[in-house]
Amino acid sequence: MIDRKKALAALACHIKDEIVVATYSSATDWIAINDRPLNYFAFGAMGLASSHALGLALARPDKRVIVLDGDGSLLMNLGTLVTIGAVNPANFTHIVAHNGSYEANGGHPIPNREADLAGIARASGIAHARRIDQLADFESAIPGLLTDKGPLFVELMVEQGELGPRSYKDMYRGARRSAFREALKAG
Amino acid sequence: MQAQTPPAPLDGAKIIAALKQSHVDYVLSVPDLHTSNGLLKPISKDAELKLIRTCKEDETLGIAAGLSYGDKRALILIQWTGFLYAMNAIRAMACDQSMPMCMMIGLLGKEPDLPSRQSARFGVRLVEPMLDTLGIAYHRINEDADIAAIAPAIEQAYANSKPIAFLIERRPVHA
Repeated sequence: MIDRKKALAALACHIKDEIVVATYSSATDWIAINDRPLNYFAFGAMGLASSHALGLALARPDKRVIVLDGDGSLLMNLGTLVTIGAVNPANFTHIVAHNGSYEANGGHPIPNREADLAGIARASGIAHARRIDQLADFESAIPGLLTDKGPLFVELMVEQGELGPRSYKDMYRGARRSAFREALKAG
Repeated sequence: MQAQTPPAPLDGAKIIAALKQSHVDYVLSVPDLHTSNGLLKPISKDAELKLIRTCKEDETLGIAAGLSYGDKRALILIQWTGFLYAMNAIRAMACDQSMPMCMMIGLLGKEPDLPSRQSARFGVRLVEPMLDTLGIAYHRINEDADIAAIAPAIEQAYANSKPIAFLIERRPVHA
């Protein structure tokens, strides 16, 4: 099992001009590690991070889009995997932190902790989907996750982090969305 | 007594032309029987519009939001049941964030001779009051003359970053 903060810190070392779409616990960790204008925080309706990211990937095929999702979030929008599998965006990397719980909502378990999310992604048409449960394996996979032809899917087996509640006030403020838009326009 | 002439169906080709006139790049859709033959099928064969078929309607809101940040325009083509299903995503993207979510909503089952608020179908009756509650402007598209409202409304939606809904009342046909 992997410490999610360590995994995201390792990812941050490689991030340059990629768009990072993050949600809930992954977002709170990511913003603490790598606060930057090209971060997009999926706001308001849980589960839609990968849908926002798909729109961004289609609109900006010149940029890699990385989604930092959670297992509980993904399960609220599981059909997204079928949609992504059909659209087949080459610049799309979906990293799902699987800790088996709704961490931000009190730590309650997801309906089935044993769910094979990478398997579901493969069966949905995302050929390059795998489960990673060691930090060293994730670290060695990162360069490929940023450059290989997508869509790519990684189910990252992580330990449960701190339980909620979390404050999203700063993350969701309008100024961040404006800064993201400007950064995207700039290149 | 003279027999009443049945109302003319909506011209799906004119609606599609209005989408192109308003520079819509993507159509995001879950199929709706009401708009299936008149809109979705011809759109699926139209090289000028990119169609993304989603599994559920709330996906379309997320995709449209992402596209809008990259200056791509999208039309969300769904049925009223999908509109009701996606309410939380609509609340978040269209209302809280005031994003240009352009929704074309098929009113399957609406009686041709009644306003939707007087429909025998409870769900159809809900649509306009729900849009009023959300503060989302809408246009009723019931006859071909109504189609003229579509392109300027989409332009305004993107210019002002506001949502807009088009209620497809009469069933569109496509030659």
